[in-house]
Amino acid sequence: MNTLIELAYLVAAVCFILGLKQLSSPKGARNGNRIAAAGMVIAIVATLPRLHFTNAGVIIIAIGVVIGGAVGIVGARMVKMTAIPQMVALFNGVGGGASALVAVAELLTFGQHPSFTEAFPSVFSIVIGSVSFAGSMVAFAKLQELMTGTPITYPGQQVVNGILAAAILGFVIAVLAVASIPFSFISLMVLALVLGVAFVLPIGGADMPVVISLLNAFTGLAVAASGFTLNNFALIVAGTLVGASGSLLTKLMSDAMGRSLANVLFGAFGQTRAGTAAVAGKEGRSVRSGSAEDIGTLLAYSQRVIIVPGYGLAVAQAQHAARELADVLEKRGVEVTYAIHPVAGRMPGHMNVLLAEANVPYEQLKEMDEVNDEFKNADVALIVGANDVVNPSARNAPGSPIFGMPILNADQAKNIIFMKRSMRPGFAGIDNDLMYDPKTLMFFGDAKDSLTKLVAAVKAA
Amino acid sequence: MSNELLNEITFFVLSIFVGIEVISKVPTILHTPLMSGTNAIHGIIVVGAIFIAAGASSPVNIVLGLVAVSLATTNVVGGFVVTDRMLEMFKGRNQAQKQPAVKESTPTK
Repeated sequence: MNTLIELAYLVAAVCFILGLKQLSSPKGARNGNRIAAAGMVIAIVATLPRLHFTNAGVIIIAIGVVIGGAVGIVGARMVKMTAIPQMVALFNGVGGGASALVAVAELLTFGQHPSFTEAFPSVFSIVIGSVSFAGSMVAFAKLQELMTGTPITYPGQQVVNGILAAAILGFVIAVLAVASIPFSFISLMVLALVLGVAFVLPIGGADMPVVISLLNAFTGLAVAASGFTLNNFALIVAGTLVGASGSLLTKLMSDAMGRSLANVLFGAFGQTRAGTAAVAGKEGRSVRSGSAEDIGTLLAYSQRVIIVPGYGLAVAQAQHAARELADVLEKRGVEVTYAIHPVAGRMPGHMNVLLAEANVPYEQLKEMDEVNDEFKNADVALIVGANDVVNPSARNAPGSPIFGMPILNADQAKNIIFMKRSMRPGFAGIDNDLMYDPKTLMFFGDAKDSLTKLVAAVKAA
Repeated sequence: MSNELLNEITFFVLSIFVGIEVISKVPTILHTPLMSGTNAIHGIIVVGAIFIAAGASSPVNIVLGLVAVSLATTNVVGGFVVTDRMLEMFKGRNQAQKQPAVKESTPTK
């Protein structure tokens, strides 16, 4: 029996590996997800025969599966495409929480003096799982705009975080070396939850995708640690796979933003003053704004238009209106492409998902490296709700928080139309020089309304 | 060191390399779905949660088991479904071009 179970776990592990492999290529991605899901079902079913169920156990598993299944399906099905990043944060957090609870339950059964090889992974899982849970919830709150997306810093923050970390280390030693008693590991869990919150607070909303990816890797490691505690092969392999691939993915994501991971995580410290000083010098400059008719005419008589979509387009659900505008322009013989910045939207790849939903032809979507040289030949760069990804201060203002991030060369187009709700700075909270460029026409309003007006104006032109 | 632990450490170390190798060539557009997919895979903790819940008899264990199974199931189910929804958007590029311009579809609430 045990051999069969272990073999089933092996099949599940292979499914996860194949699933991951396929998930990282555009062709097989959806299939990959299904293969991984099949692996999950195999692992769960294979586990059941080995267990000795109490009556209470059967009931709570049934209730738990119903609750979790309902929350998962409803949450995942009902969420708007724009809100997907925060759903991923939420689903990641609950996994971390579950991992910590499993470790707590195991420590309770081990008695006061467990062996190191049992206690260490449990303690690890409690700390990392709790950090991941609390951190993910803060990331969720920031992306859902339940709290401010700007970094929250206060004097002495690093000292407070240091003390928290030291206290956690103290309790870890207490559990491992002195006695494994509920007081110690519950305190450990509470402190790790506080640390998770403290860790994410000083990170800006625009960097949340990287944080979620990092916490995703954390949860993977916590799960692997729980696998060591339970001596469970499936947990160790799957958790480690996620821990390793998640860490690499985190690095790839911060690379796409042109930043180091350390800069993303700790960049808020000591940067606040430089940021405000830079903004202060920019008061009192004038911007030009145009009417729908002006802009519609300009677009209709252009040869090449590059649309730069950003989060504003996503929030306004304007991807369909954008496509409609592109369609009427193409009917008039205007060449239209979309320039997709690697971090457009709120997650790398987010914008591709949204535009694909509006059936925008794949060939029209161009990645940054492909399209950046084309801006100088473009008559119009139409910026729809994007901001930081076209902000020239990433190139020329060393004090700026986004300095060094590769940006789209929208400023090289002959005309720039900047569609925005207001003059408010973008998600990174910094002013954008491009709005004050003499070639720039501002067009204020909700992205969807504005695009619809432009469609009418182009048709009339 | 016991044989079992040695085996576990072997799996652990090898899995690290496999995990890194297997996604090393992912294009940017798939970062979000891949993150979401790996997120679903660490929902394997549901196996651990079922493990501790199955034998629960004391009130403390019942509460721990119930919460752990609920959270872990949310992770698994939500993770796979939301990933599938994301990837659904990538399907049928060729069909998409042949269709007439699709009007605004009602966003889900």
